[in-house]
Amino acid sequence: MAQQSDKEQMLAALNMKSTEELFGDIPKGVRSEITEIQNGLCEPATRSRISSLLARNRPAGKMSSFLGGGSYDFYIPSAVKSVTGRSEFLTSYTPYQPETSQGLLQVLFEYQSMMCELTGMDVVNNSLYDYSTGLGEAALMASRLKPGKVFLIPETISWPRFSVLQNYCKGPGISLVKYRYDRKTGLTDIADFKSKLSGDVFGALVETPNCLGVLESQVDEIRQALGDRILVAGVNALSLAAVRPPGDYGADIMISEGQMFGNPTNFGGPMLGIMGCKKTHVRKMPGRVIGLTDDIEGRRAYCMTLQTREQHIRREKATSNICSNEALTTVATASYLALRGGSGLRETAFYTMKKSRELAKAISAVKGCKAPVFSGSYFNEFVASFPVPAETLIEKMSEKGVLPGVEMALDGMEKNLLVAVTDRITDADIKKYAQVLKEVVQ
Amino acid sequence: MSYRQARHDVPLVYEEYSDDINTNIKFNEYLPKDIIRQAPPNIPRLCERDMVKHFTQLSQMNFGVDSGFYPLGSCTMKYNPKINEEMASLPDACMLHPHQPDSQIQGTLQIMYELQNMLAHITGMHSMSLQPAAGAHGEFTGMLVARAFHEDNGQKRDQVVLPDTSHGTNPASAAMAGYDIVTIPSKEGRVDLDALAAAVSERTAAFMLTNPNTLGIFESDVTEIAKIVHGVGGLLYYDGANMNAIMGKTSPGKMGFDIVHLNLHKTFSTPHGGGGPGAGPVGVVEKLADFLPIPIAAKKGEQYHLDYDRPKSIGKVHGFHGNWGVLLRAYTYILSEGGNGLTEATEMAVLNSNYLRQKVEKYLEIPYPGLRKHEFVASGSALKKNGVKTLDVAKRLIDHGFHPPTVYFPHLVEESIMIEPTETESKATLDAFAAALEKVVGESPEVLHNAPTCASVRRLNETDAAKNLILSYRDYLAFKAR
Ligand SMILES: Cc1ncc(COP(=O)(O)O)c(C=O)c1O
Repeated sequence: MAQQSDKEQMLAALNMKSTEELFGDIPKGVRSEITEIQNGLCEPATRSRISSLLARNRPAGKMSSFLGGGSYDFYIPSAVKSVTGRSEFLTSYTPYQPETSQGLLQVLFEYQSMMCELTGMDVVNNSLYDYSTGLGEAALMASRLKPGKVFLIPETISWPRFSVLQNYCKGPGISLVKYRYDRKTGLTDIADFKSKLSGDVFGALVETPNCLGVLESQVDEIRQALGDRILVAGVNALSLAAVRPPGDYGADIMISEGQMFGNPTNFGGPMLGIMGCKKTHVRKMPGRVIGLTDDIEGRRAYCMTLQTREQHIRREKATSNICSNEALTTVATASYLALRGGSGLRETAFYTMKKSRELAKAISAVKGCKAPVFSGSYFNEFVASFPVPAETLIEKMSEKGVLPGVEMALDGMEKNLLVAVTDRITDADIKKYAQVLKEVVQ
Repeated sequence: MSYRQARHDVPLVYEEYSDDINTNIKFNEYLPKDIIRQAPPNIPRLCERDMVKHFTQLSQMNFGVDSGFYPLGSCTMKYNPKINEEMASLPDACMLHPHQPDSQIQGTLQIMYELQNMLAHITGMHSMSLQPAAGAHGEFTGMLVARAFHEDNGQKRDQVVLPDTSHGTNPASAAMAGYDIVTIPSKEGRVDLDALAAAVSERTAAFMLTNPNTLGIFESDVTEIAKIVHGVGGLLYYDGANMNAIMGKTSPGKMGFDIVHLNLHKTFSTPHGGGGPGAGPVGVVEKLADFLPIPIAAKKGEQYHLDYDRPKSIGKVHGFHGNWGVLLRAYTYILSEGGNGLTEATEMAVLNSNYLRQKVEKYLEIPYPGLRKHEFVASGSALKKNGVKTLDVAKRLIDHGFHPPTVYFPHLVEESIMIEPTETESKATLDAFAAALEKVVGESPEVLHNAPTCASVRRLNETDAAKNLILSYRDYLAFKAR
C-alpha cells in the first residue's frame, strides 16, 4: 500500500484534500461505517489468535480416520504441495490472456488429457465446484440433450448430494424419481429401474460405487435399458485404476470428485468437481475447456476454447453460470497424477482395496459386528453394522483416537457406518480399529 | 523495454515421459472379472525430480499478481498477504474431515460463526451462509432463496430484471434458477429509473445490481431504485464483486438491498488460484434468513454447532460446507486488517483508481464524467481509425510487463478497457503503468498488431482452437494423424 507522501501527492493530483472527497457521490443517507470489527492485528498477533482458535480442533488427519463419504484423506506428496505453492499459479486468475498464461493453460490441458485417459471419456472440462454441483450440472446438461422432465436417481444417493441436485433441478422443473436398490447385494434393482423408464425420462444417474460403497456390476444392462436416453455415471476417480471406466460402458456424461488426488480434506472444501462427456455433447457441456492450437509463428500453444457456451459471452443462454472454478485443485491433481502415473494409481488402488478387506475381516471378527453388510463388490469403502447405534460408536471410538466411519441417513441403518480406507491407513490403524471396537461394544 | 517472460519448450508429459513400470498387480482377487478394467490408464509416471522440473518450468510461463501489476477489472487482483496461505495450510485447519462431529471441530465452527457475523456486519445483512463456492454460485443460491421466499408468500414471480452493464454470471445464475431475464438499458452509465419502473411488475422476483456498477460508477439513485423494486414486491440483489469500493463507507443493507453475495477471492484477499477456488458467501435481510442453505454455524452457550434445524431452508448448494480453506484465509485477512484496515483498503482502492484514471484520460477517452470508485472503463474506440483495437493494446501491455486489463466488458462502452488497480499497488507502479499505456497508445499499428513479442508465445490462432477442438493429448495424436 502507498506511503503517506504518495497518498498526499495522489490526492493533490486530484485536487482533493482528503480521501473523503472520493466518496462524495455516495448520498449521506446511505453512509455507514464498520463499527463492530476490532482494529487490525499485527502479523504475530494474527498468527497466535488463529493458531489458538484452530488448536480447539481435533483434526481427523491426526487420528486413525476411516472417514470417507465423498472426501478422502489420501497421502499428499510434498512435491505436489510445492507445485500448488508456486505463486505464478496461485496468484493468477482465469487465463483470459493466453499469451501470458501458457504455463497454467498447459497444466490444465494436461489435466484434461490425463483425466480423459483415466475415465475413458472423450472430453473432460476444467473443473466444477465439487461432485454434488457437478451432478446438478450433469442433470441440467442431460435435460438439454434429450426431451423429458424426469431424471432417475438411485435410492442410495446421500442426502447432501440429493439436496444439491434438487436445487439445480428447480429452475427447469426437473422431477427426480428414485429407483430401488437390492437389499442384499446393494446393487441396482434392475426390474425396478426398468419399470421407472417412462416416456418422460430423459436420463438416469448411476453411481458406482454408490453411497453404500457398492460397485455396480450391471452397467451394460442399464446402458442398454436406457436406449438413447442420457446415462450419467457418478464414479470414484481412483477406483478407475481398477474398475471399468465410464467411457467403456458408454456413459454420456461422467462426474466424479478429484479431491483425493493431491488435495487435503480441508473440512470439505475446496473440492474438485470432475466432469466428462462424449465429444458429440461437448457444446452442451458447462465449464471451462482448454484447447490446443498454435501461435502465429507456429509454436504450439493453448487457450480457453468453446467460450461461446460460457456466461461471459452467452449470458442467460449460457450452458452454466460458472465463472471462478477450482483451477488450483486441478493443478494439484495434474501434478499428483503425473507423479503416480497409471501404475502408481493401480498400486494405490490395490493397497486400499487390500487394506479395506483386511479391515472388514477384522470388524466381522468382533462379536455382533458385520462387514461388509452388502454382498456386492466394493472398492475402498463399505457399510458395516454394529450392535450399538452409530452415534455412540463414533463418540466412544473417537475418544480413543479412532474415527470409525460416517453415519448413514438411509432408513433402518442407524446401527451402520460407511467405513473408508485410504493409503494413509496402516496395519497398526486397522489393529487399533478392531481393538477399540471390541472395547466399545463389550 | 526490459520485460521478458520465460520461453521454455516444455513438451507435454505424454511426449517426454512414459509409464513403463510393470507392477504385476491383479485385481481378480478382489473384483469380479467383468467389472475389472482391462488396459491400465495411460498416464505417464514422472519421478519427483522430473515432475517438479516440468511444473516449475510451466509456472515460469505464467503471470500472477506476485509477478507484477494485474489490473484485471472486476476481478480485484490485489496482493494477498502470505500469512493467509500459511494459516490455511496448518494441519489443524486442512486435515479436518467434513464428517467429523461438532465436538471435534470447535475451532473451525467458531471461526465460521465469527466470519458469518463479520460479513453480515460489513454488508449490513442479518444472516450469512458461507456455503457457496464462488460468486456465481452465491448468485444462484441468492436466486433460490428469492424463489423460496416468494413461493412461501404464495407468489409466482417469473422474471429477474438487470441492467445491461451487469456481469454475465448475473443473468446466467438467475436463468439457472428458472427465471426469465429482462435486461434494461443504462442511461449515462447508470440505471435508467424510468426504464426500471417500466420493467418491474408483480412478475418481478428480483432486480440484480452491483454498486458501484461495472463502469465503476456509484449508483447514487440507489434509494430510488430500492423504492421502485420494493414497490412492486420485488427483492433487491447485490452482486458483491465490487465490495472493495465501499467497505466502511456504505453497505448493501444500508442501501436497501435484500440479498448479497461476496467474492472472498476478491475483496477479502484470497488468491485466485488460476481461476479458483473462491468463495461466495450469501447474506440476507431478516425476512429471508430462514431460507438460507443449511447448515449454518451457530452458538449455544460456549459451544458451537452446525445448525440443520431450519425447516424453511432451501437445503444444500454444496456437498459439504463450502470452501473452508478460502473462508479461513478471508478470516485471517479481516483479523489482520480490522475494521479500520478494511475502510482504509477501500479508500486506497478508490484513490488509486481515480488517480490512475486522471492520468489515463489524458490520452484515452473515458466515457461518463464524475468520480469513479475502485475501477474505471476507458474506450479504445478512437484508435480504430488507425486500425488498432483494444485487443492490440492489451496484448502490447504484456510486452511492457503488465497483465492486461479486462477488455470488451462491460459491453456498454465500445472497445472497453476496464482497469482496476486495487489498493495494494504503489503510486510508482501506477505511474509506470500509466506511462506504459500512454506509450502503447502512441505506438505504430504495426507494433501493436505484432504484440506480444515478449511473452512465451506470440498471438494465438484462437479460431483454429474452436474449429479443430483438440481437447486432450489423445485428440492431438488423432489430429496429427489426419
Ligand atoms: C461483477 C461480477 N459479478 C460476479 C462475478 C462472478 O464471480 P465468480 O467468478 O466468483 O463466480 C464476477 C467475477 O468475475 C464479477 O466480476
